Amino acid sequence: MPEIQNPSLEAHNLTVIYHRKPVLWSIDFTLPQGQIIGIMGPNGAGKSTLLKAILGLVPLNSGYSKVFDKDLGDVRQRVSYIPQRQTVDWDFPATVIDVVLMGRFQKRGMFQRISQEDKAIAQEALEQVNMQDYANRQISQLSGGQQQRVFLARALAQQADLYLLDEPFVGVDAATEQSIVELLRKMKSEGKTIVVVHHDLHTAREYFDWLVLLNASLIACGPTEDVFTDELLKVTYSGKLTVLSQVGDQLRERNFPVREK
Amino acid sequence: MTVQSLIDFILLREPNVLLVVAGSIILCGMSAIVGCFTFLRKRALIGDAVSHSVLPGVCLAFILTGEKNPLYFLIGAIISGMLSLLIMEGLTRSRQTRPDTAIALMLSVFFGIGIVLLTSIQHSGNASQAGLDKFLFGKAASITLEDIRLFAFSSAGILSLIFIFLRGFTAISFDEEFAVSIGFPVRWLRFTLSFLTVWAVSIGIQAVGVVLMSALLITPALAARMWTHSIRFMLFLAMLFGMLSGYLGAFVSYTAPAMPTGPWIVVAATFIAAISMVFAPNRGILAQWFERRKNTNKTLEENILKLFYQIAEKTGESSKPILEEDLINYRAFSKSQLKLGLRLLQKKAFVQFHLSTWKLTDLGEIEARRIVRLHRLWELYLQQYLNLDSDHVHDDAEAMEHVITPEIEAQLDEILGNPKIDPHNTVIPPKQ
Repeated sequence: MPEIQNPSLEAHNLTVIYHRKPVLWSIDFTLPQGQIIGIMGPNGAGKSTLLKAILGLVPLNSGYSKVFDKDLGDVRQRVSYIPQRQTVDWDFPATVIDVVLMGRFQKRGMFQRISQEDKAIAQEALEQVNMQDYANRQISQLSGGQQQRVFLARALAQQADLYLLDEPFVGVDAATEQSIVELLRKMKSEGKTIVVVHHDLHTAREYFDWLVLLNASLIACGPTEDVFTDELLKVTYSGKLTVLSQVGDQLRERNFPVREK
Repeated sequence: MTVQSLIDFILLREPNVLLVVAGSIILCGMSAIVGCFTFLRKRALIGDAVSHSVLPGVCLAFILTGEKNPLYFLIGAIISGMLSLLIMEGLTRSRQTRPDTAIALMLSVFFGIGIVLLTSIQHSGNASQAGLDKFLFGKAASITLEDIRLFAFSSAGILSLIFIFLRGFTAISFDEEFAVSIGFPVRWLRFTLSFLTVWAVSIGIQAVGVVLMSALLITPALAARMWTHSIRFMLFLAMLFGMLSGYLGAFVSYTAPAMPTGPWIVVAATFIAAISMVFAPNRGILAQWFERRKNTNKTLEENILKLFYQIAEKTGESSKPILEEDLINYRAFSKSQLKLGLRLLQKKAFVQFHLSTWKLTDLGEIEARRIVRLHRLWELYLQQYLNLDSDHVHDDAEAMEHVITPEIEAQLDEILGNPKIDPHNTVIPPKQ
């Protein structure tokens, strides 16, 4: 694997076990800065879990990750996470601008007032995703594509350097997908690093400069032209790794610990 | 009951009335605010389980101290409520049981233990135990000054914590993962919110009792949610609704002394919620019914306009007067529907009635052309992009044409390349 100077994100021996079943197995990789990076793999490959593991949303069974060569806790301000939009209740009593302003909570903490400057930043973020006309709309009235754009605006309002997006194109219309891709490219041109969990192979080559192929363990990580090959894709998407999940099932069924400690 | 006693109640002249009213209002308003978060985090059932779970704590406090001191009751209730909540969360997290099982289990186990303790206290021969069973259904009517002090202190504490941590509580209620990712102390916030809920329940039971407590948490929140999309205003409204319920409950039990206060508070809260669900704008049943009727009428009107256009297209004579019977023959309208539709169109000056015939006005003609255009554009789109057969597209287009906005129309026109002919080889009227 290529040596990378000034990595945005590194994972070392990352292992995550859910209910005795290994979801991520000894993941090691290093990602560059200023690129649009895709994390790809079949259903259940642990793509979303990888993002959550990096963010500390799921407990790690071993390994660690670094962001801009530091622990996440020291550089949280530079990292923005965009969860799958289905994970929240869109019937929550809030308007579009309320949600985007949550992107300023990090800067302001739990107690500092939201300032005029924050409001201006939120407004600008809405303009960037072309939702400025919806600022005072109740969020339960939004379409799937609009919800995704609101989430993106919230992330933009965070003014981070590394953006982690979990399946941003699921359930959005083609026009929104295109405008999101354009926005990501614009962010890249401003030097941002963007990591996207994605499952559509057809668009992978077009969208991403760099790819992480994943199926519980790391299959490949590198520039798209090197990694997006028939051979590697076959390994990622074929059934060869089902043996690993079978062993996982066995461990769970028979109540074995996954690691001998 | 005399007018004088009614006035006495309203003016809170009797010290006893003052205590009951003040106690009920404080408890209900405060529970309603805390309950908003229980409601928004979809933890209504957990709230119910916790309410039932405080009973053993109250009984143990009495057994250990031998006193009916509200402060000891409060401490006992909080300990036993928190214990139940933590076991519930532990069971759910360990995946030994599903959440619904854990909730039902803790509710019945703790409540069962509480009843056992209560019964044994009652048969212990201890004279000072009288009234302890009031914790089942509340004892608002016998609130003392000492109680009020505790309520006021607790409510002030709970409310100020809610407002100090409002941003954090809102963040974890809407999107917990995001809250973690921005470094908010989510575990701590969750614990604090749970603690505040148990605290609120532990004093709220003095008014309505453990059995009805969850109604005090959830019902005002439900009612408030119907009226607003802002969380701050929702908190405020829920508090108002809660206080009003408390006042009404106290009023009923004062005017009819045989009536219990707690259950009447719950009845009042339910009444407010029912009114909200029916009459609230946008979300209310009436508002939605009106909207549906508006849509049905719009569909009917547009279908009639379309019919005029099609008849003119067939006969080649535009704006020719048509007999009402003829309109029915062309299309399957019921007579009453047709009459209603024509009357609505007449009100909008789209059609004119003259000597038992109907005819489109100039305005009506423009509108008719617009609708036919949308219908045919949409048919063409369905055929070209969804590969539907031309004999299938009509019914689909029929339903959709009524909701197409000018923006969608422009988009359709563009992707279809300014078409002139629809799938049935009829002319698509040009945009005016």
